[in-house]
Amino acid sequence: MSSGAQLLVVRSGFGATVQDLGRPGLAALGVGRSGAADPEALRLANRLVGNPEDAAGIEAPMGGVEVEFGRAATCALAGAECAAWAGGRPVGPYAPFTVPAGARLRLGTPARGLRVYLAVRGGLDVPAELGSRATDTIAGLGPGRLAAGLLLPLGAAAGWPRVDLAPRPAPADRTVLHVIPGPRDDWFTEEAFGTLLSEPYTVTSDSDRVGMRLDGPPLARARVGELPSEGMVCGALQVPPSGRPILFLVDHPVTGGYPVIAVVRRPDLGTAAQARPGDTVHFRLA
Amino acid sequence: MRVLRCGSDAVLIEVEDAEQVQQLHAALHAAPPTGVTELVPAARTVLVRYDPAVADWQRLRAAVTALTLAEAAVAAPAETVRIPVRYDGPDLAEVARATGLTPRQVVERHTAAHYRVAFCGFAPGFAYLTGLDPRLHVPRRAEPRTRVPAGAVAIADEYTGIYPRQSPGGWQLLGTTALTLWDPTADPPTRLRPGTAVRFVEDESEPDAEEGSRSA
Repeated sequence: MSSGAQLLVVRSGFGATVQDLGRPGLAALGVGRSGAADPEALRLANRLVGNPEDAAGIEAPMGGVEVEFGRAATCALAGAECAAWAGGRPVGPYAPFTVPAGARLRLGTPARGLRVYLAVRGGLDVPAELGSRATDTIAGLGPGRLAAGLLLPLGAAAGWPRVDLAPRPAPADRTVLHVIPGPRDDWFTEEAFGTLLSEPYTVTSDSDRVGMRLDGPPLARARVGELPSEGMVCGALQVPPSGRPILFLVDHPVTGGYPVIAVVRRPDLGTAAQARPGDTVHFRLA
Repeated sequence: MRVLRCGSDAVLIEVEDAEQVQQLHAALHAAPPTGVTELVPAARTVLVRYDPAVADWQRLRAAVTALTLAEAAVAAPAETVRIPVRYDGPDLAEVARATGLTPRQVVERHTAAHYRVAFCGFAPGFAYLTGLDPRLHVPRRAEPRTRVPAGAVAIADEYTGIYPRQSPGGWQLLGTTALTLWDPTADPPTRLRPGTAVRFVEDESEPDAEEGSRSA
């Protein structure tokens, strides 16, 4: 049920998209899960405004989004911490705040971390496709990247905010991602696995919701040949012939043909999604 | 059969060939072990996602290893999807040259075979069909095309398939179908799910003057 209210995108940021918790269960039809790259951050932002955890919000890499509300709206920010202003007044993350009718909410740029999540009470009521409002950037599903002038309908509120503040996660000194070896660790030399677990890797600018390309010592294969296409998972470290791993994120292809040396464990996927180009990541055995 | 761990909540089961994939997929689909949430068949594997709150990978490995694969387990497909094809693809002549057949014989062999959807991937609704005449097994193009139109019917290696949307692609293009194969507003969005039987039928009607005004 729509309340008829809308949110106007004034500035679209750097590839911001509408996301919810995605489309699980359709990989056999070639459709990946997609959804928020840091799902815990979106869930938290939704809880703070009294939404169901799977309501649709905005995922804004490097912040930079500006939106205008047709009616007064209760909002919350989570994920990467950035300065933000509602009607010109500063507002903080991890707590609900109100944006007056006709006022604008402007997101600055996070000092660390990558993806900022904005939840609005009632959720973004864009049409669902295959059961989700998420934008899947490779499958061409969902409303696509935000653009200035776009109007996003707001849904009717389903509940009341019940918390004033959520504890902010302590910023980590360094990004450590724990990996489970396989499924194709036997395609690599033992040295390659040792390298992966001991050497730092740098997130390159050639990274998006599909995957993070990493720069660092190449991982040598123990065998040659091609792998027939096989199912891929979020967190997979796929190694193309260059030897430099690609860490698959939420919009990863459903199947792939390069061997996966290891998979980042599920609880660390949000951390991975917050690593930004130039950041260093360290892999450790889970 | 090998069961390989694949992160916190999945295992990858590797078998010998496409037929065993179909048998394994059918067996798992008919009686999924406790905690299994999703099955993703592929060329030689089935990816099994599970809920780590109720299952763990060692128990899944034991459950999967205990399965016996049987041809009988693969249910006969309920229906056969017939796909009308106009065999006017830009690679038809090249495929004929590479296989030592005439273009006419390529078309005859492509329409004679009975196909099954082995798995989907690459793009939403892109189905890899097995059953291709071995004589038509040709490698994909050395240089992939940047734009393959929606509805392009193509072959590569042991597979044939139909591009559901315009996309880049490296398969050899034999023809085109006007049938809409992927519709995200429909439920299900595609009729080509793993296990579906498929035939190609030559469409000899005159192409419409107006592109896009064709009816299925």
